[in-house]
Amino acid sequence: MWDYTDKVKDYFFNPKNAGVLNEANAVGEVGAIACGDALKLMLSVDPESEVILEAKFQTFGCGSAIASSSALTEIIIGKTLDEALKITNQDIADFLGGLPPEKMHCSVMGYEALQSAVANYRGEVWKDDHEEGELVCKCFGVDAGLIERAIKMNKLTTVEQITDYTKAGGGCLTCFDKLEEILSNANAEMVAEGLLAEHEAYRVGAADPKKLKEKAQAAKAQAAQAPQPQPQQTLTQISPLAPMSPLPPPSAGMTNLQKIRMIEEIIEELRPHLKKDGGDCELVDVDGSNVLVKLSGACVGCQLSSVTLSGIQERLMAKLGFPVRVVPVGRNAH
Amino acid sequence: MKPVYLDNNATTRVDPEVVSAMLPFFSEQFGNPSSIHSFGASVGAAVKTARGQLQALLGTAHDHEIIYTSGGTEADNTAILSALESLPDRNEIVTSKVEHPAVLSLCQHLEKTGRAKVHYIGVDSLGRIDIEAYRAALSDKVALVTLMWANNETGTIFPIEGLADLAKEHGALFHTDAVQAVGKVPISLKDSSIDMLSLSGHKLHAPKGIGALYVKRGARFKPLLRGGHQERGRRAGTENTPAIIGLGKAAELALAHMSEEQTRVKALRDRLEGGLLQRIPNCFVNGDLHDRLPNTCNIAFEYVEGEGILLHLTRAGIAASSGSACTSGSLEPSHVLRAMNIPFTAAHGSIRFSLSRDNVDEDVDRVLETMPGILEKLRALSPFWTGDDKGGKEFKPVYA
Repeated sequence: MWDYTDKVKDYFFNPKNAGVLNEANAVGEVGAIACGDALKLMLSVDPESEVILEAKFQTFGCGSAIASSSALTEIIIGKTLDEALKITNQDIADFLGGLPPEKMHCSVMGYEALQSAVANYRGEVWKDDHEEGELVCKCFGVDAGLIERAIKMNKLTTVEQITDYTKAGGGCLTCFDKLEEILSNANAEMVAEGLLAEHEAYRVGAADPKKLKEKAQAAKAQAAQAPQPQPQQTLTQISPLAPMSPLPPPSAGMTNLQKIRMIEEIIEELRPHLKKDGGDCELVDVDGSNVLVKLSGACVGCQLSSVTLSGIQERLMAKLGFPVRVVPVGRNAH
Repeated sequence: MKPVYLDNNATTRVDPEVVSAMLPFFSEQFGNPSSIHSFGASVGAAVKTARGQLQALLGTAHDHEIIYTSGGTEADNTAILSALESLPDRNEIVTSKVEHPAVLSLCQHLEKTGRAKVHYIGVDSLGRIDIEAYRAALSDKVALVTLMWANNETGTIFPIEGLADLAKEHGALFHTDAVQAVGKVPISLKDSSIDMLSLSGHKLHAPKGIGALYVKRGARFKPLLRGGHQERGRRAGTENTPAIIGLGKAAELALAHMSEEQTRVKALRDRLEGGLLQRIPNCFVNGDLHDRLPNTCNIAFEYVEGEGILLHLTRAGIAASSGSACTSGSLEPSHVLRAMNIPFTAAHGSIRFSLSRDNVDEDVDRVLETMPGILEKLRALSPFWTGDDKGGKEFKPVYA
């Protein structure tokens, strides 16, 4: 499973500030059950000082989602709203001693919930994200605003990272092109603002996430029509469940049996010559035009066995009148 | 406290008898079965014995219908690629949406590279195959039907013999991924229409890294690995002899314990399942209650996420697995549960307990004692849980 830090485990097993806060005057809800995680953040804010007096959460999600939510409440209690708004998802991850890259979206969820709760307190709606409002990843309901914020706050430079931080692109990945566009635009802006070195910036179609691109293409291929049938190779009739014939159609008017007998005879004729040199050769099988033979004695491992084999091969072809290939077997003992 | 292992569909403990059977083949009997000398010959004979033990478990008719492989994945890949190559004027594959990735990923790859057209047959909410869609997909263009015997996540069993007969009517080859079924349900291949069957050693108390592909005598076949003439030229590469001996022994033991799987193990599973359903509100069984592996129990716990349950179980010394997204590294829940249309409120909280003959009554007791507390704790944290069994609370994010 995941390599969680002890602090993540501690905040998961013994979450602080879990539950419902009845006297909450600021509530932020993000995520959805369909997406696998959801967070409800409840705050009690002092109207005078805007200090967060109490914070509680309810989270549906994995271990790191629960730990991130709990960590968030610990970080913000006692802070003013303005101070709290400065907290980034990285602060949440750092508080927990780090999160696995694939789980960074849990910290982003905490950040988003906090922004949402403050907006709720101030009677604002999170307009800005829905203004350009485009829903990019339909699988996980992630819009362009969230993706852009995650890119800029965490200096993301690959599409894979966008998925780790926001889940966008974690499903069918048909939004890959859009993610690339958002990423390259955001990176370009960051370069202009001096926040990112030029060589680090992502350019559309540029680089790495070959894996992701492949996945996207697969998804597209699935949606598209079925592939063209392969060109048919032969005109032979196929009877699939019939036993596979060990031999091709008999050549030169010979039946398979005749052919095998003839090969056997030729090899028998050769054996005395090999035996004289301390070797031996026996016919193992005939597989199509391959004649499988077993070499033993001095022939095994002999540097010149290829000479012997080609000798046998030549002899066979001369007698049979069609090409064969002599293949040695039983020499697999490496 | 002694750990409780309930993840036997992931892998099993190697039976001590299997280990003792294997040990001499690392040291004294280290020979290469292809060698002519005596070191090789005795190993060759043992490999042959193991083949016989495996054939007895599968009820095959002839010798040499078993090809040893490195595991279930290699067996599946070999079967699928062999069929396409053997029947060059057919280019369609019929499979299901709930297959193991060893089959699904290859099918998707073949589709993407234009080498095959693939029909993915759907399942109903119990995981049962859509027979009508299956019949409709069959034609004389189909080179291979590949369907799993039993599902690894839910244990749902497909009516494989009948599905194979239908495939045969169209002249297609029929392969089944029986990795989860072998050793748990009786199998007799000799009078079936099944041409190929994959199995994996480590799912039946043999070691990892060994498996086998059954190829019916006479069925068309092309090897995946070419090289030496091991396995009669059907799978090149020096045999993994200790593991093969282990697989043979494990097959013998599986046959001997078959009735135990169907009685004692099944009774344990049923007590576990019944106990959980009774003690915990808002949960239900995923899979076909009537046609299911005797050892598998997959339960959806609503309004919680599976990883949280597993973390708590792990701390309590209990090993199980989850169909949730978070544990797998993917962001979506299991493709099997999605194909079954299990609602998201439940799919994320699905836990699989898979038993084996190693499990005892105390294991079930431990789970039954532990699970209600875990669910209570996690549901108290969930924004969707209302605190009673009336179902979920509406959750309306202002911003999502």
